[in-house]
Amino acid sequence: MAETVLTNSGQPTARLEGWRGIAADWASDQRAFKNVSWGKAMMWIFLLSDTFIFSCFLLSYMTARMSTTVPWPNPSEVFALNIGGKHIPLILIAIMTFVLISSSGTMAMAVNFGYRRDRVRTAILMLVTAAFGATFVGMQAFEWTKLIREGVRPWGNPWGAAQFGSSFFMITGFHGTHVTIGVIFLIAIARKVWRGDFDVERRGFFTSRKGYYEIVEIMGLYWHFVDLVWVFIFAFFYLW
Amino acid sequence: MVDIPYEGIEGIPPAEVPDVELYHPRSWWTRYVFSQDAKVIAVQYSLTATAIGLVALVLSWLMRLQLGFPGTFSFIDANQYLQFITMHGMIMVIYLLTALFLGGFGNYLIPLMVGARDMVFPYVNMLSYWVYLLAVLVLASTFFVPGGPTGAGWTLYPPQAILSGTPGQDWGIVLMMSSLILFIIGFTMGGLNYVVTVLQARTRGMTLMRLPLTVWGIFTATVMALLAFPALFVASVMLLLDRLLGTSFFMPSLVEMGQLSKYGGGSPLLFQHLFWFFGHPEVYIVALPAFGIVSDLISTHARKNIFGYRMMVWAIVAIGALSFIVWAHHMYVSGMFPQFGYFFATTTLIIAIPTAIKVYNWVLTLWRGDIHLRVPMLFALGFIITFVNGGLTGLFLGNVVVDVPLSDTMFVVAHFHMVMGVAPIMVVLGAIYHWYPKVTGRMLNDTLGKFHFWVTFLGAYLIFFPMHYLGLLGVPRRYFELGDTSFIPSSAYSLNAFISVVALTVGFSQIVFLFNLAWSLFKGEASGGNPWRATTLEWQTPETPPGHGNWGKELPVVYRWAYDYSVPGAAEDFIPQNQPPRATQLVQGAAS
Repeated sequence: MAETVLTNSGQPTARLEGWRGIAADWASDQRAFKNVSWGKAMMWIFLLSDTFIFSCFLLSYMTARMSTTVPWPNPSEVFALNIGGKHIPLILIAIMTFVLISSSGTMAMAVNFGYRRDRVRTAILMLVTAAFGATFVGMQAFEWTKLIREGVRPWGNPWGAAQFGSSFFMITGFHGTHVTIGVIFLIAIARKVWRGDFDVERRGFFTSRKGYYEIVEIMGLYWHFVDLVWVFIFAFFYLW
Repeated sequence: MVDIPYEGIEGIPPAEVPDVELYHPRSWWTRYVFSQDAKVIAVQYSLTATAIGLVALVLSWLMRLQLGFPGTFSFIDANQYLQFITMHGMIMVIYLLTALFLGGFGNYLIPLMVGARDMVFPYVNMLSYWVYLLAVLVLASTFFVPGGPTGAGWTLYPPQAILSGTPGQDWGIVLMMSSLILFIIGFTMGGLNYVVTVLQARTRGMTLMRLPLTVWGIFTATVMALLAFPALFVASVMLLLDRLLGTSFFMPSLVEMGQLSKYGGGSPLLFQHLFWFFGHPEVYIVALPAFGIVSDLISTHARKNIFGYRMMVWAIVAIGALSFIVWAHHMYVSGMFPQFGYFFATTTLIIAIPTAIKVYNWVLTLWRGDIHLRVPMLFALGFIITFVNGGLTGLFLGNVVVDVPLSDTMFVVAHFHMVMGVAPIMVVLGAIYHWYPKVTGRMLNDTLGKFHFWVTFLGAYLIFFPMHYLGLLGVPRRYFELGDTSFIPSSAYSLNAFISVVALTVGFSQIVFLFNLAWSLFKGEASGGNPWRATTLEWQTPETPPGHGNWGKELPVVYRWAYDYSVPGAAEDFIPQNQPPRATQLVQGAAS
């Protein structure tokens, strides 16, 4: 549904620039966001709601961190690894961040090829994105295991404020769940792309609505959002 | 003020989206049970919400029995009393009112009023109902688990909510939190549908400024809910972790049963901030749909266009926005930094401006209107009175210095029952009398309806008005019994007994309403498609009740706003939104 609106005479409707354009769109009939499909609008609004969830999590964590009277463990030390006899702070988190940001790149390429209706490349790039995502979750599992071995628990840890472990497991767990759900959906949609569902506008099993390549872009919105949230978690939890 | 465009059909832009192909049910199960039709989902939502709401009604009777006649009923003990209070509040606010207004009325009215065939994603909409049902079942199950439901009060404040000594500490609180999380997940699926349907799936000619105010109210409330429920979601998750895993997000170090508890370092105030960041918008999530619906009821039954439509819309939006920055007026006595009170009292009182605009406009709509005192109109008038009453006591409670002595007294109970209990329920009942003919094709019985209204309205006043006085005397709320309290005169006890007798009477009289609903379904007078001679699109459907897809072959085209009542020169005293201007002119010509 990305095509321009045509009037009865076959001419595209005139579009005003800037705020006037926004006002004209909102004052018009049928659609407030012109040429935005239902699915894409719904994903944007869902992401807005999800933003509030992550904001509440992060604000709660910051409140706990600022109000606690016990020292907060130093993230640089906690998340350091010994590689080849060298003590490198935050190395695992750096790699995880790199992997996730890279996956955003492959996702953007998949969206591009989706619009070119390049079935094979879109599917492959989506699978690569899913693989990056799975790698990220795998490294997170490794990180959790390491911390749990070192005695970090949701209710306490050897180095300081108990809220460190609580916030860590809750926030990274919630984000990791988002990534996992994303990986599952990436694989499912990649399968549909591969099978050519969107070339023949095959109907979805549940929705009985026709499938379009735009779903790749909607999937991409979600994936980029999850990446963006990670940037905030990285900044506020690990770098603070 | 409002421009009523009279240009011809050429002025209506062409359809931007091709007509959707709906999912067509093939069996009884997919038609009536696992239905993807918003109208069926709406009825499912409404029936489930009413069923759990009746449980809350019974709980209120039990509470009133204890309050009115303390010591008489041995089957109510202090713990149970707290459990009744908690479940009554939670059910009424979230599982009844929120679900009924947004899931019930929203599902039924949005697609019909904006001229859509269904919600934009019917499958997700169906899931929304089933997750909601699961949430209700989890909530109801707490009555049967060891220890019973939680007795922490509907605000669920930690630390007391999860400490031993609070009833339902074992299972009740865990299931309550799980149920809330499920409710929010379910609501989000439905809410996204309502918002996108209003924004992106309106029919040709239906601009946002031609929407009936009902849709504006439900739409704004849904947007608010999508932004406010996340705070409750996060608070629920964290409280659940505190209870199950022993984290200390909300739990300070304290002594429990004579021993230092395992908790330490958390902030109970953080929970209150999260809770009320949800809780205050929640008040308006319940109130805004009521505002919208009552505007349509008044306009229709007074045969007059709503006064100041644009201002009504902007007032709804302004109330919605302001309600996100007033939450700490629930926390004046919580121990937060006291000077925050200046800010939150100011924002709270500013809300009085758009609210007053709405009340004035309702009254001005009635002014010199052709008022038909039919049952929906009676309930709408009842709403205005109870809402103004509750709003005025809100001015008391919004001011810090007046609030502090009134906090946690029956005055607060009287205030919020008037403003977000009785008033929205008045609208719910009025709306049921109004739209029942469209849902079923039959009218509700008028005599029973009038009896129902007078008993409910006068009864509600007799119940809640004296509570203000009790509160001023200093009678605390949430107390199982008052005991030997020197500053409370004995008249307070008689008043409590009086309130209880009225509450039981009014409660039982609701049977008349339930009987009316059931009886009229089969024996009610046939209503026809548009019994109230209303202008909005839902009354113009080709079939009543509307069929699957709502509109038959052609979607309606909208030429005018929703309030063309008693237009001078028109042949009839209403002009439907989908009536082309040329037809009106012809009729006008014939009339003159």
